[in-house]
Order: sequence, then structure tokens, then C-alpha cells
Amino acid sequence: MKLLTLNFLTCAIKTCKTSPASFPLHPRDCELEVVESESVNLPFLKNILPRLMWDELRVIADELGLPALPSTPPTRDDLVEPSSSSTTTISHAQNAGNAAEGQQQAEEKPSQTARDLHRVLLETCIKEGKLVCGNCGHEYKVMEGVANFLLPGHLV
Amino acid sequence: MAESDTQGADYEEQHVHSVYEQIASHFSSTRYKPWPIVERFLQELPDGSVGADVGCGNGKYLAVNRNIFIVGSDRYALYQILSTNLIKIAKQHQPHAAIVADSLSLPHPAHSFDFAISIAVIHHLSTPARRVEAVKAVLDLLRPPSAEGSRDGGKALIYVWALEQKDSRRGWDEGHEQDVMVPWVMKGKKEKGSKKGKGQEERDQVVEEGAVKQAEDKTFLRYYHLYKKGELERDIEEAGGEVVQAGYEKDNWWAVAVLKRTN
Ligand SMILES: [Zn+2]
Repeated sequence: MKLLTLNFLTCAIKTCKTSPASFPLHPRDCELEVVESESVNLPFLKNILPRLMWDELRVIADELGLPALPSTPPTRDDLVEPSSSSTTTISHAQNAGNAAEGQQQAEEKPSQTARDLHRVLLETCIKEGKLVCGNCGHEYKVMEGVANFLLPGHLV
Repeated sequence: MAESDTQGADYEEQHVHSVYEQIASHFSSTRYKPWPIVERFLQELPDGSVGADVGCGNGKYLAVNRNIFIVGSDRYALYQILSTNLIKIAKQHQPHAAIVADSLSLPHPAHSFDFAISIAVIHHLSTPARRVEAVKAVLDLLRPPSAEGSRDGGKALIYVWALEQKDSRRGWDEGHEQDVMVPWVMKGKKEKGSKKGKGQEERDQVVEEGAVKQAEDKTFLRYYHLYKKGELERDIEEAGGEVVQAGYEKDNWWAVAVLKRTN
């Protein structure tokens, strides 16, 4: 499960949702896995930027023992390589097997900041472990990269 | 109400969930083409849109648009299928995720999504109250519009099976009982020649009855509430939504709805 997913998850128990402590869910005993994808989707990253709960993501990164995220979120401009040039012929993205798309995006190249963001949000995945609600303490299991939010009958 | 609600849940456990769990291992990966209206809905979303596919099944809609982020959820613990498909999708650089969750207890912060889809899910709920609750659970995911009467909020696409389908081989039509048990035939594995019989795993599909039967074929019955004209729109209104577009496509009613702003 990509870490970006945690930006959109909270406790499944209805009475918890309204409590600020239920977001974000806290990873515990997690086994991480990096699923590499070679192309950074710059338009996607730019547009998702305002949706990120940055402080909460920093907490999650810290709890997972990942390198610390910067204290302030990057801006849209931070994601673009200043010296981007359309003359670069051997783009990294072309190795990914979709050369056409790689060429289209060649005008604006992702910066190191964009690649770092891509790495942490979209390539870093929780493979096995638990997600814990900070309000009620309920633990949701992650198995084979899929988190299970089904509740026992008495909690529904 | 609480009691009938429990009964509804128990009934669905027996006549919907346990059936899916038994057939889950036979789900095919991406054999079925997405419904055109669902595909178009997803393709027309702006880049960077974030949303939910409530009842994502094998995840076939997750791959339609690589510039959006979809969190798919399903009641069925299809780990193997989901994780296999997600790995495939990840290799195509698709930024998506899937979780196991109940459509009535979704683990998403309220009003956080740009869109939500609910395809062939709500017709499995067995009481009117639970169906409205399920529609509400979908609508509550959406960003509300910025002002009263404005439609700039998140959008939901809901799809349910129609009662009016006299041209289908099931032949139901106006006036027929709306709560039905639908047979689903799981083909016994055999004879490589008859490839056509495989892959009926798709939840929206029912295998041709009377198709070459084999000894190991198993028939399961699943509960459906068949929606009649106008009923989906009424459920949406009752759940606090506003229908912005609605129609009929191939034996199904569909509607696009936004959250109504109430102030
Ligand atoms: Zn909780």
C-alpha cells in the first residue's frame, strides 16, 4: 500500500472519525517495500500537492523510520527542474516502455524534490504490518499490501 | 429499525458476501471491459483528482486513468487478486491503492474526495434503509460544493441493476418482483477447448444458464434488489444528494450526484 493512501485513510469506526486523533492512522510493525516505477508523473504530483496533509505525512515518515520530510511542503515550482530543456533526447522515462509519454513530458523535467516526493508517496509501500487509530487504538492489519478495515460486529 | 438493520446485515452475509467469498478464487483479473459510462466519467476527471471506488471488485476501474488517484475498496478479502492486480497496475505506473472495507463503514475522512464511484454494489443491500445509507456513505466522501446551488463539489457515479431489462435474457421488466435471487454458475474446471465458459467471475455477469453443463458446475444464488425507473434518484435525494445527470445503460440505471449544500 502506497504511503499516499494514508493521506486519505482514517478509522472505520463512525464515532472515531469526528475525532482529530483518528487521523492519520499510525503505522506499527511495518515491513516496507519500494516498488519502483521509473516515470515521475509531474502533472499528477503538482495537482495532488494541495491535498497533502503535510504535517501528518511527516509524522508517518518519522514513525516508519524514513528520512525526515522537509518541515514545509514543496511548492509546485519546486517540483520542476529549473534547467528543464526539451532538447534532452535520452529521457529516463523512455526506458519505461512508454516512449511517447516520456517525450511529451520532456519539456518540464521533475526536480530532485519531485523525485523524492514520488519515491516516498508512490514508491514506498507498506507490505505487511498494522495501522493503528490514535483515538480508539483499534489495529487494522495490512497483508500483502492490502489493509483490512472490516470491523468486528460489535464495533459496526 | 436497529433490529431490521441487523437482519439486513445477516441476510446479506448469507446471500451476498459468502457467495462472493466462495467465488472469489475464480475471479479473473482484467478480462472484462469497463462500462463505457464509468470509463468516460473517470477519464474526464482533472489530473490529480482523488477519489474512491467503493466496491472495486477485482480493481478493473483502477487502471482507466493514470493521472488520478483512486482508493479502491471492497468487502471481500480478495488479497491475492487485489495485490496481484495492484502489482500489475503499479508496473504501469498507475498511482492507485486498494483496501478491504465495508461500504457502510468506509475508512476515509468525510468530505475529502473529488469523486467516488459505486458500481454494481448498492443493489446488494437488502432493505431500503440500508440502500439509502450506502448511497449516503458514498456521498459523504465528496467535497461539498463551495456555495448553495453550486455544483463545483465532488461528484459520485452510482450504477445499479435495473428492473426494466426485458431484452436481456433474464427478461425482467416493470411489474416483476424487485428483490430477486440470481443464479451464478461456477464452471467446473475441465476441457481446455471451452475457454468461453471461463471468467464468468465478473460480478456484473451471470453465466448463461443451460450452457454446457459439467459435473462439477456449482450454482450459487445471490441477492439483488432490482431498481426501477426513478428509484435510484429518490435514494440519492433521500441520502442528501442532488442528481446532476442520470440515465440507463445496458440493463442498469446510473446517476451522477453531488452533495447538496444545506445552509
Ligand atoms: Zn478509531
